Amino acid sequence: MTPDQIIFILTAALIISSALMVVTTRNLIHAALWLVAALFGVAILYAVLNAGFFVVVQVVVYIGAIAILFIFAVMLTRREMRDRGPQLRKNWWLAALLGMLAFSGLAFLLINQADINRSAAVIPAGLDTLGALGAALVSPDLYLLPFEVASILLLAALIGAVYLAATRK
Amino acid sequence: MSIPLSWFLILSAALFSIGFFGVLARKNAIAILLGIELMLNAVNINLVAFWRYLDPAKMAGQVFAIIVFAVAAAEVAVGLALIVSVYRRRQTVVADEVDLMKW
Repeated sequence: MTPDQIIFILTAALIISSALMVVTTRNLIHAALWLVAALFGVAILYAVLNAGFFVVVQVVVYIGAIAILFIFAVMLTRREMRDRGPQLRKNWWLAALLGMLAFSGLAFLLINQADINRSAAVIPAGLDTLGALGAALVSPDLYLLPFEVASILLLAALIGAVYLAATRK
Repeated sequence: MSIPLSWFLILSAALFSIGFFGVLARKNAIAILLGIELMLNAVNINLVAFWRYLDPAKMAGQVFAIIVFAVAAAEVAVGLALIVSVYRRRQTVVADEVDLMKW
């Protein structure tokens, strides 16, 4: 077993156990903190995959903004958070069954694919992946339109969130 | 790098299923959004892994993952604003108790 396989297995264990804590723990602040651990594990996976830009974006956007936003929302709705009663619905076992069914179905489909165990492609020498990504995002032949649509979506979400959460006197 | 592609895909399937369970089983609306975040992260692992394993010179996988990041940020901002707004009016964040439009 090579070092990167060991790193992958440790990271996978971190991600899966934190994700399980996110969906089962009673205290929502703790759930949000476990989400930070899971997101951090995903950032490690991006590093294993040579996607340096995604490591930074994962830490800054997901952990720095989204997880903190969750913690703020939990604190703003504090009175409800006092863990009265169970946090899972009564028929949670049905949800667990469906989750396991989804996982086994996906795993069955995956292991029956041809070429599923392929090893990583060789990154061409001298390929500047970050520069290529930036060029792809602003080149009209490639992904300029999706990029602009995403920025319009973000603007709409920004205005919508301010409108929804603002207090009207 | 000597990790088979299938490892990433199986891990991502597991993460997706855990998030799916969270969405279905949790009562609290904020916890449901936490489950959705796990599912979106599973998708992103897949996209970046396919980029790395198939053709690193083509940026489609990375661009798609960036769009997923933007959509996740927008979804969380609007979702949490809705939950805070509902909490202000109805004093609850339990998804079952927000049933005004349930016939």
